[in-house]
Amino acid sequence: MVKETVAKFSVDYLQVLNEKGTLDKKLMPNLTKSQVLWMYENMVFTRAVDEKMLSMQRQGRLGTFAPVKGQEACQIGIVAALDKNDVIFPAFRETAAHVSFGVPPENLFIYYAGDERGSKTDKNFFPTSIPVATQTLHAVGYAWAAKIKKDNIVVVVFFGDGATSEGDFHEAMNFAGVFKLPVLFVCQNNQYAISVPRKLQSASETLAQKAIAYGFEGIQVDGNDVFSVYKAAKDAILEMKKGKGPYFIECITYRLGDHTTADDASKYRSQKELQEWMKKDPILRLKDYIIKNKYLSRLDEEKLHDKVKLKVEDIVKKAESIEAPNVEDIFKYTFNEMPWNLKEELDDLKDSMKDG
Amino acid sequence: MVKLNIVESINLALNQEMAKDKDVVILGEDVGVDGGVFRVTEGLFKKFPTRVFDTPLAESGIIGAAIGMAVYGLKPVAEVQFSGFMYPGFDQLISHASRIRTRSRGRYSCPIVVRTPCGGGIRALEHHSESTETIFIHTPGLKVVEPSNPYDAKGLLISSIRDPDPVIFFEPMRVYRAIKQEVPEEEYNIELGKANIVKEGNDLTIITWGAMVRDVLKINEEIKNKYDLEIIDLRTLSPFDIDAIINSVKKTGRALVVHEAPKTLGLGAELVAQINEKALLSLEAPVFRVTGFDTVFPLAKLENYYLPTNRIKKDIEKVMNF
Repeated sequence: MVKETVAKFSVDYLQVLNEKGTLDKKLMPNLTKSQVLWMYENMVFTRAVDEKMLSMQRQGRLGTFAPVKGQEACQIGIVAALDKNDVIFPAFRETAAHVSFGVPPENLFIYYAGDERGSKTDKNFFPTSIPVATQTLHAVGYAWAAKIKKDNIVVVVFFGDGATSEGDFHEAMNFAGVFKLPVLFVCQNNQYAISVPRKLQSASETLAQKAIAYGFEGIQVDGNDVFSVYKAAKDAILEMKKGKGPYFIECITYRLGDHTTADDASKYRSQKELQEWMKKDPILRLKDYIIKNKYLSRLDEEKLHDKVKLKVEDIVKKAESIEAPNVEDIFKYTFNEMPWNLKEELDDLKDSMKDG
Repeated sequence: MVKLNIVESINLALNQEMAKDKDVVILGEDVGVDGGVFRVTEGLFKKFPTRVFDTPLAESGIIGAAIGMAVYGLKPVAEVQFSGFMYPGFDQLISHASRIRTRSRGRYSCPIVVRTPCGGGIRALEHHSESTETIFIHTPGLKVVEPSNPYDAKGLLISSIRDPDPVIFFEPMRVYRAIKQEVPEEEYNIELGKANIVKEGNDLTIITWGAMVRDVLKINEEIKNKYDLEIIDLRTLSPFDIDAIINSVKKTGRALVVHEAPKTLGLGAELVAQINEKALLSLEAPVFRVTGFDTVFPLAKLENYYLPTNRIKKDIEKVMNF
């Protein structure tokens, strides 16, 4: 008889630039000044879009949405590591990924005003998935198809800490592992699934270690440091494009706002905790780096904010000037061709509109 | 022409579609090396080793991954081993497969086929005998098909694979091997949404599908000298062939729906409502339904009481003598 260790695992944590502004030069990924500025501008732009959406929601001009404030680095760090042929499957809080991947930002204002036309894009950015974790399987299927077709792409799927409790997440991780699919699982662990804290979501010490159970690697990174996220993604994608199979990145982050505009996070999170995380704001950290390295002067940095605000106003004008959708739109995308019952229902609706 | 049963004709359809279109792939539990628990995919893995996948045991995984493949541009044919195991994957069907075209405003479509054996009468274990079509019919954006014989099985499956929208393809287990029929070697399709008038008649319209078609035909043999039945095999349950139904009811003035699924909100309920809306003044009697019960499907010793087969004749009399 024998009793011996047959497998041993470890999970790394990566932080390149900490909240005090200290940079680990050995870990710093190769990034040009213009790449860093691209990241920063996208983060500032995302913040401005998010804040504008919030104020418009309060005015009744937009419906419920999930603000992204605080998680910009998790998404922009990933997008910065992608090619345009790569594909993103978002959950529902991916405003930063949306705008930085080149999906028209006005789409967000159109969609959250209650108009499905905001979901249409020709970018490789899938429409929002509101059911939690279901999109992880679509990413798997997409990556599987790409592999069958020998199309060398990476498929990114975003989800949160709560999603790691869903069955679909585990099925997706399992399929990706078994079939060695090029799926980059990006978990934005923002500490809460609405009100339920991370420790009640899983007894695992890290979420990254879940990858190990499915036969591939995971890493935990400081999700408020865009350099950490970028480095983890870039290194992983390099391997994935050589056929290595899936990879998991757990971004440790915090949503500085409510779960959605219909939520009040002060019911379940303390002011003190929020203040602590405000100090770790990913935008402040990168701003510091940019000023220190003279990528932008203080004045130019301030001007950037003004420029971005004007840009957002233009986008809102564009979004709000769109003509109202037609009632046919309710019916016409249900099937490729409308069957008799939908035609009948549409005719009834049109008739009732005439009477009214 | 060769005589095939339903299992063989579906296998032939899969084989031919895979040979013709390299985007057709098969995934599911035991569909590869084993050829499926009912042998429907027998030999396909050997012939198309890079396009037939034995998956981990996870129905949501199978259907969710098929959705991802379909939006990429493949035409996945997923197998769920028994329709009673479809529920874990139902979230993917109702939340995504049925909506992707709508949600993406037509950019993406989801041309998947989910094949699954259904129905009772085979003395099976629990969860292996259900007829769950209503759940899928009630989901906007899904098409639902159920052949009753080998010829239709091939033509309907080919149409389902080529259809640009998600199709749930029910395969009635009770008649998987019970009916042999001449099935052409060449490919052909049977348009989705078109019923088959299996037998023309003037006295009473019977609307049915799946394994019940064979039972109704047997009953027709027994009573053909008494009543001239018109028998409609619906074939596509969503969207169903409203014209075939209404034209028939207008001719006969009487109708009876026969299905295995539970009565309440079964497809029969919708058919009765449509007949009322579109042919009320042609009716000589209420449209009755002979169906399974609103109960759990019983195990072998009681299942023949659950199946409507032995109650059909009585209900024919009820409609005819109203």
